[in-house]
Amino acid sequence: MELYMDGKTPVFDLAAGILPGEMHLSYGQEAVAAMCENLTENDWVHAGHRPHAIAIACGVDLKGMAAELLGKKEGLSGGRGGHMHIYDRSVNFASSSIIGEQMPAAVGFAMAAKARGDNSIAVSLIGDGAANQGTFHESLNFAAVQKLPYVCIVEDNNWAVTTSKAQSTAIARNSDRAAAYGIPGEYVEGNNLERILEATGKAFDYVREGNGPFVLEIETFRMMGHFHPDPAPMVPQEEKDSWVDCVAACRESILLQGVLPEAELEQLETEVIAEVEDALTFAIEADYPAPEEALERVFASN
Amino acid sequence: MTQATRKLPIGRALREAVEAEMSNNEAVMMMGQDIFSFGGVFGVAEGLGEKFGAERIIDTPISESAVIGAAAGAAMAGMRPIVEMAYVDFIGVCFSAIANYAAKTHYMSGGQFQVPMVLLASTGGGYSNAAQHSQTLHGTLAHMPGMKVVCPSNAYDAKGMMHTALQGDDFVVYLANIQTIGMMMLGKPIPGTISQVPSEAYTVPFGEANVCREGSDVTLIGTAAAVHDCMDAAAVLESDHGISAEVIDPRTFVPLDRETIFNSVQKTGRLVVVDEDYISYGVTGEIITSVAEIDPTVFKSAPRRVAFPDVPSPFSRPMEQYCLPSSSKVVSTVLDLMQ
Repeated sequence: MELYMDGKTPVFDLAAGILPGEMHLSYGQEAVAAMCENLTENDWVHAGHRPHAIAIACGVDLKGMAAELLGKKEGLSGGRGGHMHIYDRSVNFASSSIIGEQMPAAVGFAMAAKARGDNSIAVSLIGDGAANQGTFHESLNFAAVQKLPYVCIVEDNNWAVTTSKAQSTAIARNSDRAAAYGIPGEYVEGNNLERILEATGKAFDYVREGNGPFVLEIETFRMMGHFHPDPAPMVPQEEKDSWVDCVAACRESILLQGVLPEAELEQLETEVIAEVEDALTFAIEADYPAPEEALERVFASN
Repeated sequence: MTQATRKLPIGRALREAVEAEMSNNEAVMMMGQDIFSFGGVFGVAEGLGEKFGAERIIDTPISESAVIGAAAGAAMAGMRPIVEMAYVDFIGVCFSAIANYAAKTHYMSGGQFQVPMVLLASTGGGYSNAAQHSQTLHGTLAHMPGMKVVCPSNAYDAKGMMHTALQGDDFVVYLANIQTIGMMMLGKPIPGTISQVPSEAYTVPFGEANVCREGSDVTLIGTAAAVHDCMDAAAVLESDHGISAEVIDPRTFVPLDRETIFNSVQKTGRLVVVDEDYISYGVTGEIITSVAEIDPTVFKSAPRRVAFPDVPSPFSRPMEQYCLPSSSKVVSTVLDLMQ
């Protein structure tokens, strides 16, 4: 047995550096965020512990989010939430890092939407691993009984930390589980932006028309480990080779279909990169909160 | 390297105990997320999947209610399951299975059903994992009757206490502070947590506090990682201020060795309790009360506590560090107390 002696220590410290904590990146899963194209500004979204691509597409303030990732005072939550807990009230966006907890909360968003009668809907995004939590069953049954305008999007990246979907889930597709609640379920293959746009558009229309909830499972790829810098040694090489980088594929498709001339696309990319760099510079230069600010915001009123 | 100088961190010490108990007793099994190949977040199951097979080192879905409930059922039916939970915060998902079912079945069945299972969970903050991945929940768990709750502060105790847990017939919640385990990706564990660990099996009894350092002016009770804050503080108090601090590690919340704690405070007349859990309605209050109830006149001054303020753990480092106990907080509290 390999002995772990005093003085022989791990080299990586999660607590150190400018970006501390267990950072779960959505690199590879960006195409799912295209669903935001089909949302209105009155709709509500609840993400999980890997919320960043969705947050950006939902219009979450980029500078505020970048500052929150670094735990700065100017962050969306003043540095209280961090990268697993992105909240932006101005765009009806929330997230939570307890697996599966976003589902009942989004069902509640849908209840409020139905009560307001403003034709808005609620969407939650879970990973395929979260579909084995009790909240999946409880939320879908409740939402179906109440006929709520709720869409459960399952981001199927095939992995829950180091456990594969086949190891943890009794059936191949969580969208098939929708049948248990008498509601529609659909699977979208290929991490493909256009298919995701079409499928989410259909699902959102369906629930917006008052037909009750919808389960949409979207194949996507977690092109990193569970968290940065986990190299995902459990993922077989042939699976890694099969990953479709949806951003690169989308770029290719735009050019192939002549949606934009290459020069305009490059201009757009330059602008986006500048915007992101601007947000990062803002975040890096921002101040940390004063330590005693930790005691503020526990309650709405004192 | 000889056996006498063999030093291990808590995670490795736990692995040895689990491996030995699994080898000795076929009823011992382990369940958890990412344990079979990955070895779990503590590395406690590293290599055990290969050695004992998928029937005894069971990878589970993210289904805490089912897994804890199933472990309780398996225990009632003769198995001795260990369930690993990466963060104690996740007990919120399955608290009924823990507190209403596993903890109460022995009592409600009039002792007919024993529930010999171990729930192993990491606790604590300091890594900017924010409010849903940084709690200790010592008081929450210790408050509920029917489960033993243990919190080793070093590898020697950790191994012995895991043997005790797996050889006993009760439901044991085994809490290991994230700063003490020696987990991959978490930097160097607190040096005092790495200790000399015999390779053979041994037990450390529950309900016996460890007097880590003898002293005469003030009693410092530290729990889990906070034991080491107290030890560091005691060294500073002695060298810089001429104050002699006694440091006690209760090692187990349930059962709690109230006698050793009382005897120490009777000797020193002063008490500071240091615990990473939320300050209100928790372990710190319980320990102070257990002294005051016996004889409040032993206190030369009002007892004090250093604990997490009653706020969710903030993500941002300056705010989180402000909330966590530290040796400097312990020193300043003692100096204030001694005035």
